[in-house]
Amino acid sequence: MQRRHFLSAAASLPLTFSLARARAAAPRSDTPRLLLVFLRGAYDSSNLLVPTHSDFYYAARPTIAIARPGEANGALPLDTRWGLHPAMEGSLLPLFQGRQACFVPFAGTHDLSRSHFETQDSIELGQPLDAHQSFRTGFMNRLAQLLQGRSGMAPMAFTAQLPLCMRGPARIANTALADVGKGGVDANRSRAIAAMYAGTPLAPAVNEGFAVRDAVLRGMQEEMDKAGRDAISAKGFSLVAQRMATLMRDQFDLGFVDVGGWDTHVNQGGASGNLANRLDDLGRGLAAFAQEMGPEPWRHTVVAVISEFGRTFRENGNKGTDHGHGTAYWLLGGSLSAQAGGHVVGEQMEVSEANLFQNRDYPVLNEYRSVLGGLFARMYGLTPAQVQQVFPQATVKDLRLV
Amino acid sequence: MAYLQQEPFAMRAYRMLSLSAAALAGALWLTACASHEPPGVVSSQTAVPDAPLSAAQRLQWLDRVTWGASDSADQRLQRLGLRRWLDEQLNPQQPTLPAEAQQRIAEMEISQRGMADIQRDVASQRLAIRNATDEGESTRLRQEVQRHLNQLAAQAQQRQVLRALYSPAQLQEQMTWFWMNHFNVSTRKGETRLWIGDYEEQAIRPNALGNFRTLLEASMRHPAMLLYLDNASNAKDHINENYARELLELHTMGVGSGYTQADVQAMAHVLTGVGFSTRDADAPPRLPPALRADYRRQGFFEFNPNRHDYAPQVFLGQPLRAKGLAAVDEALDRIVASPATAHFIARKLAVFFIGDNPPPALVQRTAAAFTSSHGDIAATLRSLLTAPQAQAQQGQRFKDPMHYVLGAVRLGYDERVASDVRPVIGWINRLGQPIYGHETPDGYPMSQSDWASSGQMAARFDVARQIAARSAVLFRTDPKAPLEQPPYPDLAQRATAQARMDQWSTATRAALAQARNVPDWNTYFLSAPEMMVR
Repeated sequence: MQRRHFLSAAASLPLTFSLARARAAAPRSDTPRLLLVFLRGAYDSSNLLVPTHSDFYYAARPTIAIARPGEANGALPLDTRWGLHPAMEGSLLPLFQGRQACFVPFAGTHDLSRSHFETQDSIELGQPLDAHQSFRTGFMNRLAQLLQGRSGMAPMAFTAQLPLCMRGPARIANTALADVGKGGVDANRSRAIAAMYAGTPLAPAVNEGFAVRDAVLRGMQEEMDKAGRDAISAKGFSLVAQRMATLMRDQFDLGFVDVGGWDTHVNQGGASGNLANRLDDLGRGLAAFAQEMGPEPWRHTVVAVISEFGRTFRENGNKGTDHGHGTAYWLLGGSLSAQAGGHVVGEQMEVSEANLFQNRDYPVLNEYRSVLGGLFARMYGLTPAQVQQVFPQATVKDLRLV
Repeated sequence: MAYLQQEPFAMRAYRMLSLSAAALAGALWLTACASHEPPGVVSSQTAVPDAPLSAAQRLQWLDRVTWGASDSADQRLQRLGLRRWLDEQLNPQQPTLPAEAQQRIAEMEISQRGMADIQRDVASQRLAIRNATDEGESTRLRQEVQRHLNQLAAQAQQRQVLRALYSPAQLQEQMTWFWMNHFNVSTRKGETRLWIGDYEEQAIRPNALGNFRTLLEASMRHPAMLLYLDNASNAKDHINENYARELLELHTMGVGSGYTQADVQAMAHVLTGVGFSTRDADAPPRLPPALRADYRRQGFFEFNPNRHDYAPQVFLGQPLRAKGLAAVDEALDRIVASPATAHFIARKLAVFFIGDNPPPALVQRTAAAFTSSHGDIAATLRSLLTAPQAQAQQGQRFKDPMHYVLGAVRLGYDERVASDVRPVIGWINRLGQPIYGHETPDGYPMSQSDWASSGQMAARFDVARQIAARSAVLFRTDPKAPLEQPPYPDLAQRATAQARMDQWSTATRAALAQARNVPDWNTYFLSAPEMMVR
């Protein structure tokens, strides 16, 4: 009966592979789930993951440095060398202390354009920098292609536009979650519209658009029921994060979301101010995501937080920071390994003036393709050749994150 | 790095020339840029046919040059013939909006009060907040100033939409949107809401079909840009690279075109002191006598020598000879004259009007027109639009949300002026392209894959349904008032709608034939695959 129902739906509205799977079988609670969070605008990692051991940090940032642990509004100590921005006290710190978060400083790409757009594109493409980038497929799309033979593989971008990293041959659904509403196009009209697109290049997107909308509205129903009971509704990124968690728990297992507003050239603030507010919002959203996923799915989930580059190590003349190079990535999840969860990991060096890259910013010691390639290999049991399909010519560094 | 550099001297002569070229362009039709084309460029300037166009050809021209074909626009094109119509679009005289549209714009605060006046008002509101003694009062004042700023930005959005829908100068309006996007500033940053309307009206729209060098400088000098990309705070010993970098990367040469990190830094130094002031113009800052002659003030724009770094700079491989604000001029001349800029702008125009992958020869031809006309935008566009390759690439441009929504409203209601354009703005927001809302300076992307994902297609059909079945929301002044009946247009009665269907697929026509009522027919028509492209 169920099968028959599914077949008839598929016949009237040809579903694409990913959605067909999502409908046929929800991911099991132990299916590996991955959410990539892209902080667009190059967040200032030096004020998130504070090098509290470095006198140079305090000298280079006379007005925006986060004070040492123990001082007023000081960094939250993570180990003897690093501290966390105080805005993360209620959100990220508990995850770190519970060994469900880790940081990889000196991370990023070798792209040196220091252009937001160029670097975001090149990271999302995930190609070697010296190769001719002749085809526009993103690394998340190539990962989805590789995994689509597996059970429950359903990728989704929680964005209004499909991000470059998810573009390519594997069809990936997308929808923005901030303003989901019911449309006026009912089932009959959807069928008529889909029929107009049959055989056109847009047909898969059109069919998937209708199917995803139905899936998302089903997920929203739960939220509406809850809001009725608790009468507390989340706002901003927390709302999006909670909706993402519902959908990734029940329907999708490969997700992407981006968060903007990190380009702090002027008055970025220290323990409070612009950057602190952004971090607070982000941290609370991610903690809400972990909470909403529920213990068992969360144990098989990894959230990777990345950004296109870091910022200048020294503050500029406007109490802000300009475009830099190396940054810090974060990984969250219930499945982080004992040696990663609750630690600052990856190759590191002393934070000193002499070690600045081009006398300006952090060097990149942990290249993003090698770090993420190593993570994917462990999460999904990929062979080295399969990792090369996702990140061509990458030298994988296994940080044993999960 | 093979920049063809001219002496700054010759550069200035070029700019003067380009002014006269712009003035001549309208009169000389195609000959002006053709005769300037460098050898080696195939000069295939086809004369624009003056023979009557077929309905399909007219729709193609209308969809490309205007915000969307309507019956009245089609009638005008037929009456004037293509040559005169295109001339009119490229060189618009004072465009006359329908009286009602003009009236709505005239009623706005941004029309009735000068920018200086509005700015003073907001400044005094802010002062009152600082001086407020009790917290309730300060909260109330704070909300008031936010409401005011939101209103100013909302009026600017409405004015843009009214003009886009109803101005006869359709190409000027499209190009205003194009350049607002190219020189993007976002109302999501700080005080930009205060300045955005003035930015569009004073810096962008008057230059939208004028000279690129003038347009670039107008955007550079406006407080909206100076605030948005932080050059207002770029000063000697307090360098802020933000604007310098985006100027090269996004506004002119394009990333990877040969400039270096050192060029960005040099440009940032050159741009120190370029800012704006809200002080009275006759109260300049105190300056040492040696620097007084360098001070400039024009409207809000201010060049403050106290903040300028006079250290000599090497830029794009050669030293800059001029000093102070003149060095900024010299650097801009050098940037605009670089082949990279001509190519970057030409390609972006071709992508906007023609499609994702414009033929390289078309881009080259357009870039040559840009170079030979010294950045004359109308001449560049004339070359692009009349190129045979452009005629051959019909219906390959996927409509972005602006084109989609405005095109549907123009088709549905033609010159009947909306009492309330906020629903139009809402539909555009829903499709992910809010006016002045793109946060980063790169502006909205333009390729099909940016606008045709599954989520966006679903949203587009929802909007199509809204316009098809309930667009009478545009004709009430009170959002609570009942809708007029019927609450939708009858698209099947539009000549331009009927004319399209001859070319459409069997599947699309079959769906239309199944429609049981007018709203459904409208819905299927606006949702048709053929309506997604122009």
